[in-house]
This record gives sequence, structure tokens and C-alpha cells, in this order.
Amino acid sequence: MATQHSRSAARLMMSPAVFLLLVWMLVPLIMTLWFSTLDYRPMRGTFDCCEGLGNYTRFVTSSAFLDSVVATLQLVGGVLVITVVGGILLAILLDQPIWGQGVVRILVIAPFFVMPTVSALVWKNMFMNPVNGLFAHLFKGLGLQPVDWLSQYPMFSIILIVSWQWLPFATLILLTAIQSLDSEQLEAAEMDGAGPLSRFGHITLPHLARSITVVVLIQTIFLLSIFAEIYVTTSGAFGTRTLTYLVYQRVIESQNVGLGSAGGIIAVILANIVALVLMRVVGKNLDA
Amino acid sequence: MGRITLDKVRKAFGDVEVIPPLDLRIEDGEFVVFVGPSGCGKSTLLRLIAGLEDVSGGEIRIDGTDATNLSPAKRRLAMVFQSYALYPHMSVRKNIAFPLKMAGLDKAEIDKRVEGAAKVLNLDSYLDRRPGQLSGGQRQRVAIGRAIVREPSAFLFDEPLSNLDAALRVGMRLEISELHKRLATTMIYVTHDQVEAMTMADKIVVLQAGHIEQVGSPLELYRTPRNKFVAGFIGSPKMNLIEGPEAAKHDAHTIGVRPEHLMVTPEGGTWTGKVGVSEHLGSDTFFHVTVPGFAEPLTVRAGGEVDLHYGDQIHLTPDPAQIHRFDAEGLRLA
Repeated sequence: MATQHSRSAARLMMSPAVFLLLVWMLVPLIMTLWFSTLDYRPMRGTFDCCEGLGNYTRFVTSSAFLDSVVATLQLVGGVLVITVVGGILLAILLDQPIWGQGVVRILVIAPFFVMPTVSALVWKNMFMNPVNGLFAHLFKGLGLQPVDWLSQYPMFSIILIVSWQWLPFATLILLTAIQSLDSEQLEAAEMDGAGPLSRFGHITLPHLARSITVVVLIQTIFLLSIFAEIYVTTSGAFGTRTLTYLVYQRVIESQNVGLGSAGGIIAVILANIVALVLMRVVGKNLDA
Repeated sequence: MGRITLDKVRKAFGDVEVIPPLDLRIEDGEFVVFVGPSGCGKSTLLRLIAGLEDVSGGEIRIDGTDATNLSPAKRRLAMVFQSYALYPHMSVRKNIAFPLKMAGLDKAEIDKRVEGAAKVLNLDSYLDRRPGQLSGGQRQRVAIGRAIVREPSAFLFDEPLSNLDAALRVGMRLEISELHKRLATTMIYVTHDQVEAMTMADKIVVLQAGHIEQVGSPLELYRTPRNKFVAGFIGSPKMNLIEGPEAAKHDAHTIGVRPEHLMVTPEGGTWTGKVGVSEHLGSDTFFHVTVPGFAEPLTVRAGGEVDLHYGDQIHLTPDPAQIHRFDAEGLRLA
């Protein structure tokens, strides 16, 4: 933008959008903040002012809180590990010249288009059901005792479902990164005496660092708010109650909007802490 | 040591044969340049020697031992790529040290060799920078540094100067020639630029469509091109090739005269023509002269400050000792 005039014109034209975004973001946030200081239980008709920080202390000191934080970190961490490692391996595989490459790539991306609720239901009923699920049939076929996935390994099962949904995203981003790697660099490393593993470790992986960072940051944002998969499968039982799910339970099941709002604000703060830590750890990959 | 012998080496991609069976001997310490128009297979040939492509037939021997199926790392060759292929996330020091680290040398030895290479190439003050912070010429030097620390038996260069600007190219050309004199190691250099070939090579290999057209020292190729293709490719500007009755006068299908072997006389030359576009280089002037009856205008070299203008009539006389004669197949007539 060259001139003073065009700069102010640009500001003027952008202002409605900025205003809309601000309202869109600020109004719910302020309302949540306000509710979190109230004793607001609509079913009982209480809407009393001036709880102060009571809701916050009650939320944090409840026995479910620490467990939910741990569950959230387990879910996010587990899915990140599976999608990043699996994504790199799949991306390398898809980068090889194979017959029907185009179709295979579309198939790999397909799970990303399935709605979370639907995919959770499909996994719950078609794969993990201990009587009719495909896994049960597979185990029986091998002469083994079928596993009741969602009650024996609930957290692992949910991690599996969510990973299945997010693997395409990681694969897609990492595949484009791998394709942008200069093949002469790999050839130079080969001439320099690097075997396939050291070529991967010294050339490919550093090249992918930035894309891995992007995958980790974006996925973390979305994984912190995973809800449908838990709701559909375990409903928060067996140690799968994440912070998001706990907030939902406080608001809807206990009908305590004040307490839930306080939990929501705490969740926002914790998410920001996680984001800050992540930016510290992996954010330097985004420079230069 | 770095004696490389190619014996009936062949390369085909699917049904397309890019290099028909080909023999070549490269002696220890030679500077060999592969030159040819784009798509002539010169880079493929270099990659075959490097081991980055598998041969479809024939044998490659390095220092007498069969290297045809050896992996690139085991051939003891170092390559400098057109894009330099530096590792962007490593400092210059780590880039140069990489082949040594892969070879499992101890740290003290690596440091010593890296410092040594950096001194030779004037890279001392850049050792801790990343490749992205260097200029094209400096990157080129790092790539060469990475090649020389390994003390290979031969260096392979794949059009290393084509990404540099003209002034830098001349400088790097000298540096590489000087490096060759100092190390006395075999070097194989691929280029499409015949000036690079002429100035640097001990031995030039002219390639066309995968065939070796001629092998020889720069001056051999200049004086006695084996066929029309080599005659037209070596020398700048190109040799004038004349067909028809003028060639028949010399018992040939085609005759060739280099621009520098045409004398300009005001009166009574062999050919008479009109001056077209002229290119003034200061030291020389090149005229494009249209001669009636010739298919293409002749290029003529004259001194730097000749007073001739567009449309002037001039007379040209070829140096009779410097007329190259070719038969209908394009081969040189003795």
C-alpha cells in the first residue's frame, strides 16, 4: 500500500470485518466470564449474582478436574504421536511412484471428510463391538478371546478413532513437504556415503521439521476440543473424560452454567499454556 | 589415482535408448569436459559414472576395478551438483564435515580437514553461516569444499557454473582450473557451454544424442573437427558452413570457414557481400555478411575498430589453409 490515502482507505474498508470478528469473539467470551461469576442453574431457576471465584475453586478442587486434564493430555499426545509418525511413513510411501497414485491419494485423504460423529459410530459398531465388530471376528478367527475395546482400552480406542480421522491431514501436509525436497540433496548425501537411514535422519527429517510443526500446532488446537468421539463412544466413562467433556457435563448434565463457564475459562487458559509451551518447543522451526 | 574406463556402457529409460553403447577412457589426473547441446545425454553419462543411475549394459571400471554395480558411496567419487545441493539446515562447517562424519572419522580429524578446505576456498569467515545466507559463488565454493574434504579419486561436476552470473562464472572457472592444477586429481566436468569446455579441459568429449562425436584436446577439436557437428559446436562464434557450388569448387559437399579465417578486403576478394548486423565487442567486431547465393549469412571477425556500416559492400577471402571440407554424410575429408 503505497500512499497515506490508500492506507486509510484500506483501514476503512477492513473495519466492518474486523468489527464483526471482534463482536463474534468478544461477546461469547465476556458472557462466559460473566456467567462464571454467577450461581446460574437454569433448571432450578437460580440466577444469583456474586459468586466471586467460588465457581473456579469448586471446579478446580473437584476430584474430576485433575483426571480430566490428564485425560486431555493423553488424548492429544497420543493422537499427535500416531498421526505425526504415521503421517511421515504414509507420506514417504505415497511419494513412491506407484500404479494408481492419484486414486490412492484420494482414498488416503477420504477419512478427513467423514464427520466425527459418523466415524466414531462406525468404529464403535463396525470395528470395536465385542460381538459383531470386525475386530471381534478377526480375534475369533485367530482363536483368541475378543476384546471389548471401549471398556477394556477406552482411551486407546478413542485415540485410535481420532488418529484415523487426523492421519490424512498430517499425511497431506507432510506429503507436499516431502515432494518439495530437492532430489539432488538426497543424491548428494548418497554420494557422501549416507545410507538410507542417515539420509532420512539428516536430510528428509530436518526438511520436514517446519511441516511437522504446522501439523502439531494445528492439530493441538482441534484435538483439545475433541467431543463427539467421546460422547458417541464412552460418554466420558472409564477415564476418558477430557476437560472439554467435563465442561459439557457440568453445564448440561449438572445444569450448572456458572460452574461450567468457570471450567470453560480454565480450559481456555490451559489451552493457551499448552500453545505457549508448544510455540517455545517447536515454534523456532517456523523461523527462516 | 582416478582412472575411469567405460566399456560399451549403455543406458535406456524403458524403450528409449539415451546412450547407445559407448567406450571412453579417462586417465588419472585429466580434466575431461563432456560438452554437447541440451538433451545429448552428458548429464546422464556423468550420473552413470557417479552411480546415481544404473547402467543398462556394459562395464564401468575405476582404477582397474569393476565399479558397475558399486553403490555411489563406494566409488570414491565426489560430485558437485548444478543446484549445489547443500544441506540447508546445516551450517557451512557441518555441510563440509558431512561426508567425513558419514565415513566415521574422529572429530579432531574432521575439524582439521574442514579447516584445511575452508582455507583453500576462502570460506574461513563463513563456516558458521547457513547456506541460505551465502551468495551463489560462496555456495558453489561450499559445494566444492564438501567434495574435496573426502579426497576422492575423481571429481564430477554437473554444470556447476550455470546458476552464476557471467562475471562470477569467469572467476569460478579460473578457480576450478587452479584447483585442478593444485590437486592433480581427475575431474569430469559437464557443460553445454563450449567456452567453458575450451578454456578448462585437457580433453573434450563432444556428445550428441548419446553418441561421442569426437574426443580430443581443445585445439585438436578446433583445428580438425571430425565432422560438421563438432565443427559447428566448437568455436565461438560458430563456423560458417557453406554448401553448393562454392563447396564443389573444393571437391566437397560442405566447406567450413571460421569467422576468424575470413579476410576482409576492400577490393577483389573471393566472395562479395553486404554487411548486415555488426556486433562490436571492443577487441573484435563480428559482422553478419549476406553473400548472394549462400543460404545463410556469413559471420566474419574483424579488428575492434573497423569502419564498416550496415549495407556496405565488402569482399571476403577465406584463408585457403583453414578451409574445412566435409562429405555428404558430414564427415571430414582429409
